[in-house]
Amino acid sequence: MKNLFAPKNSAQPQPTRRQFILSAAAGVLTVSLAPSIVSGAAKAASPYAADFLEVAADGTITVIAKHFEMGQGTTTGLATIVAEELGADWNNVMVRWAPADVKRYQNIFWGAQGTGGSSAMANSYMQLRQAGAAARYAFLEAASKRLGASSAELVAEDSMVKHKPSGKSISFGDLTTDAAGVKVPEQLPLKDSKSFKLFGKHIARQDSDAKTDGSAIFAQDVKLPGMLKAVIARSPYFGGTLKSFDATEALKVQGVVKVIETSRGVAVLAKDTWAAMQGREMLDIQWNTSGAELRSSPEIMDAYLKVAETKGTKVRQEGNAATKLAEANDRIEATYQFPFLAHAPMEALNAVAHIHDGMCEIWAGSQFPTIEQATAAAITGLPLEKVEIHTVYAGGSFGRRATPNADYIAEAVEIAHRLGDSTPVHLVWSREDDIRGGRYRPVAVHKVSASVGADGMPEAWEHTIVTQSILKGTPFEPVLVKDGIDSTSVEGVGDTPYPIPNLDVSLHSIESKVPGLWWRSVGHTHTGYVMETMIDACAKKAGVDALDYRIKLLKGHKRHSDVLAELKAKSRWGKPLGKNKARGVAVHESFGTVVGHVVEISRDSDGYISIDHVTSAVDCGLAVNPDVIEAQVQSSVVYGLSAVMQLQITLDEGLVEQDNFPSYEPMRISQMPEVEVHIVKSSVPTPTGIGEPGVPPIGPAFVNALTNLTGETYTKLPLAEHGVDFA
Amino acid sequence: MASIKLNGQRVSVDAAPDTPLLWVIRDHLNLTGTKFGCGVASCGACTILVDGEPMRSCQFRLEDAEGVEISTIEGQEDSAFKNVQAAWRELDVVQCGYCQSGQVMAAAALIRSNPKPTDEDIDEALNGNLCRCGTYQRIRAAVHLAAEKMEA
Ligand code: FES
Ligand code: FES
Repeated sequence: MKNLFAPKNSAQPQPTRRQFILSAAAGVLTVSLAPSIVSGAAKAASPYAADFLEVAADGTITVIAKHFEMGQGTTTGLATIVAEELGADWNNVMVRWAPADVKRYQNIFWGAQGTGGSSAMANSYMQLRQAGAAARYAFLEAASKRLGASSAELVAEDSMVKHKPSGKSISFGDLTTDAAGVKVPEQLPLKDSKSFKLFGKHIARQDSDAKTDGSAIFAQDVKLPGMLKAVIARSPYFGGTLKSFDATEALKVQGVVKVIETSRGVAVLAKDTWAAMQGREMLDIQWNTSGAELRSSPEIMDAYLKVAETKGTKVRQEGNAATKLAEANDRIEATYQFPFLAHAPMEALNAVAHIHDGMCEIWAGSQFPTIEQATAAAITGLPLEKVEIHTVYAGGSFGRRATPNADYIAEAVEIAHRLGDSTPVHLVWSREDDIRGGRYRPVAVHKVSASVGADGMPEAWEHTIVTQSILKGTPFEPVLVKDGIDSTSVEGVGDTPYPIPNLDVSLHSIESKVPGLWWRSVGHTHTGYVMETMIDACAKKAGVDALDYRIKLLKGHKRHSDVLAELKAKSRWGKPLGKNKARGVAVHESFGTVVGHVVEISRDSDGYISIDHVTSAVDCGLAVNPDVIEAQVQSSVVYGLSAVMQLQITLDEGLVEQDNFPSYEPMRISQMPEVEVHIVKSSVPTPTGIGEPGVPPIGPAFVNALTNLTGETYTKLPLAEHGVDFA
Repeated sequence: MASIKLNGQRVSVDAAPDTPLLWVIRDHLNLTGTKFGCGVASCGACTILVDGEPMRSCQFRLEDAEGVEISTIEGQEDSAFKNVQAAWRELDVVQCGYCQSGQVMAAAALIRSNPKPTDEDIDEALNGNLCRCGTYQRIRAAVHLAAEKMEA
């Protein structure tokens, strides 16, 4: 998801005013930030102190994380920041999620509390370093009194304050009460990067234990006394509404307790999930389809293609592309088609809602607490502070859990509210609900015409994008849709770093009844593919090696250049390849991070394609947890390749044709290439995003290899549409 | 009331006879390590052992569970499972973790029947276990590491 309220390159928030308050109760030292965090657009002064760190008398250090964990390693990353600055023993560090409270725990890039846009580390980096520094300062001061040594002679490490000259030390746990009395100055010195002990090192993930013995609690696992399971029968047509229903047969199913109408469809409540699902099967429902999308995918695509023939709203204009192209005697022309994509996180959407005693409690893998809290308050009529969100582990998201209308959490709250009797409700989506439920990466069409100059470099480039706006009609529209341009529709093209003297980018935003959503790396999912396959075509036209071509074109961009140089050094680029083998390369920047991949593929005697090896190079600023970075790049490779190879959502007269993994099948282990990740030493001193930026360049790197192998071009995704078969 | 043997204990369950064990285990017996991913035998998140063999609990009905020994991730304690778990932790395999109960259950079953699996053996044994976070590379490495730990 996009850095919603972030001006570009604002990855390093600089608080201009800060005051840490230290307090102790029952031997637990709490470090809070008050009264305001100020950065960029988020100038709302906080009347409350936000707790970010606790140190207990037994030495346990608890970091309070305002970002949730969907697998991207945030809990580990955020804890590492504190542990590094504080001088903590990693084995004492744990993480707890912050409550929903926008005043205290907003994402300072957005002004709202939430996780997305690969922003968690960049967002919390300074806050948590300062919290760690405040506690360290207080521990040193407190220890200096006790030891009668000047604090300059003391160091904080391994959760202890040590006085090296005398060999004496005191543990943090023993100092919590004393430390609370220390007044922390506003200007806190941060640790020098030369003395980093944890950043850049291997340290164990926070969540490995609980996730390998089955004890990690996801929303799916929350159980409250008397709780009912609920599923909703929603319109199978996008834009359809409920006309009438008969629940007689559903109510006969063993375990079904109740059937009620909701604004999203008909909810079946039962004692267990299976009974609820079986009950739903037995509903007799009539849908009103008069306002619904009833077309099939080819018709929808044709409409987009037609629009792509005309120029859209101006996004960027340099020189005179049209004239130059008309003059060129050789043009590269391509029209690209991208399908709808479902996110399909492994844990389908679900949430528990319990309305009781004048409050509403929610358990969810909560990605947008601010929106979810406000929505629940609106549904229940309760004040905001009476809506309490308990964040639990999320079984993946890839953008799906972050919605502008609280989506599935609103469903759970609405059912609980309509029941009106304080019964806890667990609303569950089946995999079929997930695949057919919409909020897809939108369909997109790109029409591009380009020419290269006498020097072989791109000279003119006309680029028309047709897609649906993700942000229109959402709270983010005022900030991120400017002059009719949804920035998430054009990111990666409109701001391309390639120097093209005559460039003309335009956008058509199409209305659609199929709801769209940010999907891991958002607009870059299609723009990166187009740019990087087109650049390969230009390199071919110029007769220049594809990697050297990029190196030359991007030489003014240090981070791109570093990544490309790393790929050249670490991959087998240029080395001889066997028969039926090929390589491809691509590089792309998104969310403040530059990633490049070199992909090696092969074709067997039956024509099946295998992806054998991927070399990745990444510049994501300061590499806090290299293991997590490597894992996120590998994850992005799988996620991006799955989509390019074989994923698409299609409609047949309005009905989604896919329903579950057999018809929407992500990559499996037997298709997994070896992915070798190299982290480039960055010129950026703070962390930038890593959850998404590996995705955009993997598809084109692979497809460039495929083109090198077959001589064909691949402009319609997924590749199954071109008859490419995978081993 | 049906009666089944789960993790070595006899328990009774009040659910429709056609209820898949997945929901019996999760919703009625409150053991939530076994996960729901697809309901159609396509993801492996719901992997349990039935008489020691890995099975998809979303496909195994309560009425067929009479007379079999069922065990879930909560009931695993043999050395194959412990070594798999240790290898998983050592290599930090997990991401969101939602598929991982199924992965470690399937990996332990593989190690029990094939103490020295090759990459191909691993791919074959675990191909039914989807991981949307794409942890496959570390899974392969962790299975090899677990096999080494078994020998040590
Ligand atoms: S839930 Fe049983 S295999 Fe997916
Ligand atoms: S770790 Fe998330 S699905 Fe496997």
